[in-house]
Amino acid sequence: MSNAKLPSTVRKSKGDDLVVSGNQDYVTMTIADQMFGIPVLQVQDVLGHQRITRIPLAPPEVAGSLNLRGRIVTAIDVRLRLGLTGRPKDKPGMSIVVDLRGELYSLMVDSVGEVLSLTKEDFERNPATLDPRWREVSTGIYRLNGQLMVVLDVPRLLNFTTIETA
Amino acid sequence: MDDLLSEFLTETNENLSVLDVELVRLEQNPNNPELLSNIFRLVHTIKGTCGFLGLPRLEKVAHASENVLGKFRDGELTINPEAVSLILQALDTIKSLLAVLEATEAEPPGDDLPLIERLNLCAEGKLGGPAPAAAAPPPPPPPTAPAVAASEARPVTLDELEALWNSTPGPNDTPAAAAAPAASAAPSTAVATRAPEPAEEPAPSHDLVVPDPEPAAAKMPAPVAPMASGSASGNGGADAGAEAATKESAVAAQTIRVNVDLLENLMTMVSELVLTRNQLLQILRSQKESEFAAPLQRLNHVTSELQEGVMKTRMQPIGNAWAKLPRLVRDLAHELNKKIDLQMLGADTELDRQVLELIKDPLTHMVRNSADHGLEIPAERLKSGKSETGRITLNAYHEGGHIIIEIQDDGKGLAIDKIKQKAIQNGMASEGELASMTDQQIIQFIMKPGFSTAAKVTNVSGRGVGMDVVKTNIEKIGGTIEIKSAQGKGSTFVIKIPLTLAIVSALIVECAGERFAIPQISVVELVRAAADSEHTIERLKGTPVLRLRNRLLPLVSLQQLLRLDDSEDAKKPADEIFIVVTQVGTYTFGIMVDRVFDTEEIVVKPVAPILRHIEMFSGNTILGDGSVIMILDPNGIASATGEMAMGEAAGKETTAVQTQRQEDKMALLLFRAGQGAPKAVPLSLVARLEDVDLATVELSNGLPVVQYRGKLMPLVPIDPNFVVANEGRQPVLVFADGDRSMGLIVDEIVDIVEEKLNVQLAAERPGLMGSAIIAGKATEVIDAGFFLTQAYKDWFGSSTQEGFEEEKLQRVLLVDDSPFFRNLLTPLLSVAGYDVTAVENAGDALALCEAGEDFDVIVSDIEMPGMSGFDFAEAVRHGSRWQGVPMVALSSHASARDLDRGRIAGFNDYVAKFDRDALLFALQQTLTEQKGAA
Repeated sequence: MSNAKLPSTVRKSKGDDLVVSGNQDYVTMTIADQMFGIPVLQVQDVLGHQRITRIPLAPPEVAGSLNLRGRIVTAIDVRLRLGLTGRPKDKPGMSIVVDLRGELYSLMVDSVGEVLSLTKEDFERNPATLDPRWREVSTGIYRLNGQLMVVLDVPRLLNFTTIETA
Repeated sequence: MDDLLSEFLTETNENLSVLDVELVRLEQNPNNPELLSNIFRLVHTIKGTCGFLGLPRLEKVAHASENVLGKFRDGELTINPEAVSLILQALDTIKSLLAVLEATEAEPPGDDLPLIERLNLCAEGKLGGPAPAAAAPPPPPPPTAPAVAASEARPVTLDELEALWNSTPGPNDTPAAAAAPAASAAPSTAVATRAPEPAEEPAPSHDLVVPDPEPAAAKMPAPVAPMASGSASGNGGADAGAEAATKESAVAAQTIRVNVDLLENLMTMVSELVLTRNQLLQILRSQKESEFAAPLQRLNHVTSELQEGVMKTRMQPIGNAWAKLPRLVRDLAHELNKKIDLQMLGADTELDRQVLELIKDPLTHMVRNSADHGLEIPAERLKSGKSETGRITLNAYHEGGHIIIEIQDDGKGLAIDKIKQKAIQNGMASEGELASMTDQQIIQFIMKPGFSTAAKVTNVSGRGVGMDVVKTNIEKIGGTIEIKSAQGKGSTFVIKIPLTLAIVSALIVECAGERFAIPQISVVELVRAAADSEHTIERLKGTPVLRLRNRLLPLVSLQQLLRLDDSEDAKKPADEIFIVVTQVGTYTFGIMVDRVFDTEEIVVKPVAPILRHIEMFSGNTILGDGSVIMILDPNGIASATGEMAMGEAAGKETTAVQTQRQEDKMALLLFRAGQGAPKAVPLSLVARLEDVDLATVELSNGLPVVQYRGKLMPLVPIDPNFVVANEGRQPVLVFADGDRSMGLIVDEIVDIVEEKLNVQLAAERPGLMGSAIIAGKATEVIDAGFFLTQAYKDWFGSSTQEGFEEEKLQRVLLVDDSPFFRNLLTPLLSVAGYDVTAVENAGDALALCEAGEDFDVIVSDIEMPGMSGFDFAEAVRHGSRWQGVPMVALSSHASARDLDRGRIAGFNDYVAKFDRDALLFALQQTLTEQKGAA
């Protein structure tokens, strides 16, 4: 499962010094033109467009489930989870597969970018004025050249009990 | 050999091997409390199991050793080599006893008094020097020689082995000693095999004994048992042992202990293999000529066999779950003073270990229930012509990939009346609902939480937790439970459970473009409903139902249930619908789907935690074509649709409470018949609801009649122009009085509601009392009396003649402000043989008094405009001509305070307003009293 089919760029940067103190590697992705990042070690797989089985009665954020090499993966529409509108039908989108307590989840995003190694100096806590929904699922922000990257906290992203109350 | 015994032997031998090692270690580190408590625990376990199995000789020895160890543990004795050797000696005795036990399945006769004495002495701290040789117990007779002689093996003397053993590095802290499938043919030969997996600390609950075809468990004479403890690390002794092992493998290693996790893993992998195989086969089907066909076919077979084989490793006879029942029943019989004979059939029926674990408790509970509630005491049994001894029969067998377990008793059967009473008491259903329920439906109440019919809570059962837990547990493993009961003959519980939880066969269906799997276990049949087929879906206020073999089958639309929106909105309603007839317990319903595919073997995988709350699904799986599909849970669907009913019942409960506070609410039966608005009749007037097969309707005197409970019952349609059809079924409201009954033909029974009845428009048509708003709709309230006279022209008259020929008719004055009640009670009392005069208020009544009318009894409402019932009674009692006429109060207030007040005011009796029987009874009572007094 760990021999993920990552894009070649990912492979290269993966070899880079992961353990350099202060540096963290993130798989980047774009959702509605905003860049997000997930710590690379939490990522299992990156998938293209997949056939998804809808799950009736499931929360709207749950797009369905799919078969990943014999394992059933629950697909989460991150757009809806972040309180954004659904993806336009013509855009196929991509998915990042993460593992949470032994269960696989596929996070559906618009596109997956390269892996970035970022230093602690560029990290900042969430601004207090950030949308509460975003603040809940993000651990902080990285200041990059020309744009900002929101770090997603996978366990919190997949904690659906807070959604109902939100 | 008895499974229980062989398991005990395996376990005890393992424990003994551990003990040997641990005791030696203890001798070296006498101050290790952990070690000591472990030893104590092991000996205690041995003692406990011996006691349980009824092996007194073993138990005594173990008990004495335990005493000594207990002293060690409590620090009352210091650990010294003498004491340790004494305990080791005791262990050796236990081992030799076990060897005999194993060979003969019985303890050798005799006792071990000298040893026990010495152990007791030791416990008292009086043990001095080393044990005199004479004190050693005489070795029990050697076990009978096993079938395979050790003649071919190199004879290994005990001494040699002992020497080798000593030269082998001690197994120190290797808990591998637990894995001890060692065997030996005779005391002169030793065989040591090594378990393939070094098991960890013996934890019986996680280990599983895999029995070989002949469960002639390992032969293990005492002196060489330590050999088992993993000394296979390549020295002479082990080699010799291994050599011997190959030659004697027929007897040796009949069972091995494998960690259950390993088996679980194997099972998972095989499940995956099955899935992959299915995928390959699917691909193969789409290709006509393929060189893969033959190898795939072979792979297919091998996979199936592998699957079967692995499943078998998880299989255990159901007898294991029953092992404790005979004892339980015996104890119960004593406690309850009953005579109970427990029969167990099909104890060797095998089922998945996991399933076995899960049904153990429910089974125990149900047997207990049968013994406690089901079977009568001997005296009672004799009275009802049964033998004194009650019988509980457990029967297990395979049927179509499922296991059926029946628990049957020949006791008194379930008391329907008690269940009804209890259901009302607990607010689970109203009387009206119960009236229209079949016995089968009523029985289901015992499965509801918080239900117990036992009059008192006994030690054994009756705490109201039980059957619902049983049901939940069984449903948890995808099983169903069914109850059959015959009054006076006994009851039968039938549990149907899947063979295994891992792989199930499921029916694949499609609804609104999505596919779902329905476990085959719950599917009874498939019905195609289309305009051109004999089956069509009919609707009752939008609720779809299906006529299936003269029964109405409730239907559940999967699309609505799962809130599936049709992808193509424009799609016209399908002209062809498939109905999956599903059975959950005794509740049968149909699931409407668009298409039905074939059945497939699927591996149930749990759904992601974030979806667990959706109870419609029991899991998900990957189909042969690689797509993910949700597995529907029929139990969930049943309870989801049933929950609506339950919610309704809960709602009823609150209305019931309100009724007590709010007057004039009554249960009304709503139905449709003929043209116009829905119709209603007070439920209290209706004796039963029946579904009459029109084919059985005959004509008598030009009127339709039907044979009903051995009598002819006239059928009267509400609509005079109604023509009775020749076939089909028709709901009928049965009105009964004494031994006469009459059926009112209606089109459809709609509902039973509790409503305040307020007749607003007087009726002009005969047969109608008027119109009222019921359940938010204009409803016609029918005049039951009118239809009664239609059935029997002399309905009221005749009973008068029959019952009161010699006597003057009893005259009743009815005072009630509500025209409805006057209309309701007048026919009712007339039927009962009274001559009724009804007036609207107290004033009119008193006017009658003054006019010189005479009555035998006065029935009066309490809440009336103007003069209330109390005032009226006082007025009557104080100086009126009717001073001596008995009075019965009629009110919806029937609290103790009201009763007192009524009595003070002068009423003789007080009756709740809607209780027809109570009223008649009260009238009769009052009149007889009056006569007696006069």
